[in-house]
Amino acid sequence: MKAKMTALLGWVDARFPLTSTWKEHLAEYYAPKNFNFWYFFGSLAILVLGLQIITGIFLTMHYKPDASLNASGVPVAFASVEYIMRDVPWGWLIRYVHSIGASAFFLVIYLHMFRGLLYGSYRKPRELIWLFGMVIYLLMMAEAFFGYLLPWGQMSFWGAQVIVNMFSAIPLIGPEFSLWLRGDFVVSDATLNRFFSFHVILVPLLLLGLVAAHIVALHEVGSNNPDGIEIKKKKDANGIPLDGIPFHPYYTVKDILGVVVFLMVFSIIIFFMPEFGGYFLEYNNFFPADPLATPPHIAPLWYFTPYYSMLRAVTVNFFWIDAKFWGIVAMGGGVMIFLFLPWLDRSPVKSIRYKGPIFKTAVAIFVACFFILGYLGMLVPTPMRTLVAQICTVLYFGFFILMPIYSQIDKCKPEPERLTG
Amino acid sequence: MVGEDKVDCGRRRLLVATATAGGVAGVVAAVPFVASMLPSERAKSAGAPVEVDISKLEPGQMLTVEWRGKPVWIINRTKDMLDALKKLDGRVSDPQSDKKMQPEYCKNETRSIKPEIFVAVGICTHLGCSPTEKFKTGADSGIDADWQGGFLCPCHGTTFDLAGRVYKSMPAPDNLEIPAHKYLSDTKLVIGIGQDGKEA
Repeated sequence: MKAKMTALLGWVDARFPLTSTWKEHLAEYYAPKNFNFWYFFGSLAILVLGLQIITGIFLTMHYKPDASLNASGVPVAFASVEYIMRDVPWGWLIRYVHSIGASAFFLVIYLHMFRGLLYGSYRKPRELIWLFGMVIYLLMMAEAFFGYLLPWGQMSFWGAQVIVNMFSAIPLIGPEFSLWLRGDFVVSDATLNRFFSFHVILVPLLLLGLVAAHIVALHEVGSNNPDGIEIKKKKDANGIPLDGIPFHPYYTVKDILGVVVFLMVFSIIIFFMPEFGGYFLEYNNFFPADPLATPPHIAPLWYFTPYYSMLRAVTVNFFWIDAKFWGIVAMGGGVMIFLFLPWLDRSPVKSIRYKGPIFKTAVAIFVACFFILGYLGMLVPTPMRTLVAQICTVLYFGFFILMPIYSQIDKCKPEPERLTG
Repeated sequence: MVGEDKVDCGRRRLLVATATAGGVAGVVAAVPFVASMLPSERAKSAGAPVEVDISKLEPGQMLTVEWRGKPVWIINRTKDMLDALKKLDGRVSDPQSDKKMQPEYCKNETRSIKPEIFVAVGICTHLGCSPTEKFKTGADSGIDADWQGGFLCPCHGTTFDLAGRVYKSMPAPDNLEIPAHKYLSDTKLVIGIGQDGKEA
């Protein structure tokens, strides 16, 4: 039997790089031996992506992207989501895994990005890994936005209305561009259908391709680690890094532990608090879309609120262009500025373990601002709240723009020769 | 074949020309796909003009009709409401309606054809929410003691007066849009075709 299996493997290997791929990416991919808690979230992101794709396939079997009214006067799309929740066997479970999965995806990605910030994982030679990751993050935002229209509830409709209208603030081409994106003079059936197409085909395809590129680039240069030093500089006689351990079985086992704990928490949310107090599913979205009446308070889901706060914080006209446009610039800039991190950080060391007090303070202020902006974005704006949001927006951008200066003058500690654990 | 390290310029020119032609063809092929996302003929025809009978609209009342999927308000303004507009010139950001948010024939003090009948698209010029009516004046309105009646957008707090003029220092940049409209008779109004015959 064993001989036959070996022969079969040999037959495949002569035609497809199966064993060599397994070795290159798992059994003989040497990762630093000191990965800690922060290194769970990359593999968890892949897990959640898988969950979203599987649940998405099954939701697509029952969902109908149709804004016309059915015999009872309810939009077909809205009614099909209620049908999934009430009549499709286990439909409620599949939908809750998908809707909670969206929030979980952003949570693990934010933690994954924060890891990169802590340990300087974006620094040379890992700039491309960071850029691929950022494009993944942008695509996730698009995916979440397109998906949110599909239940065709009040928040779906008015959220899409507000976001599509943002593009109309772009000088010159803006109004034409939002008309093209919408495919109609208002958010309508045409918009719903194309957003469905983007959500189930276009963006997932791009996401999978970029995730592959992210991992290939990572395995080309090797993983960073909490000490921020290159393990490839110290190798044994066989060319294996002294501080490296094979990804499989060491980190596959570690990551399985992360998966188990994650799934425990995830299950508790699914079965006991699927709406998560309105943070994962907003209550206003249980009303079908009504193009003639806006709900009294509109706020995006929690993962967009920091940027939404920045949008609202800009209330001043610059030059001859309205504050409306500059608000959108701040919002887009708040997301895009992460792209430049590899070139903004000029510190002689990578990891926060060896960086000085200025950088540590800057990171603390940045995190605080991100949370405050996120919190304010869920609330109705008042003059006081707008002022706080304005201060936090300035500090947020200051963290990035001033980084080339403060990361150079900071008093860093020397990096160790070998990993410290 | 010429020597290995020499470039055959003729072949390279041919390659560049072929690749360029191929690239142009690719871009041209993208045109139908991009154009397919523009509003369809059906969506355009759904933008047909709407006729409204306003004979039963009493002074102080408001009627909402749907035109191109958007709410259009028709308000029969009372004398008090019209008088209040003049007091607000200093508090609104575009009192003379200089920005092109209305057809030429509505660029006047009341932003309307007939002074009392006000027609406007009920969509906030900020990010497209539909403002709520706040016709009650003064402290009763829940806005401020000096409120002269108008609209409040629930999304980001913009206020408009009863001619759809936006108050100063609000998130919304412009006055409410006045759609092209004309009177077929004293009590019959059509929205979507202007007095000047232009469609909009």
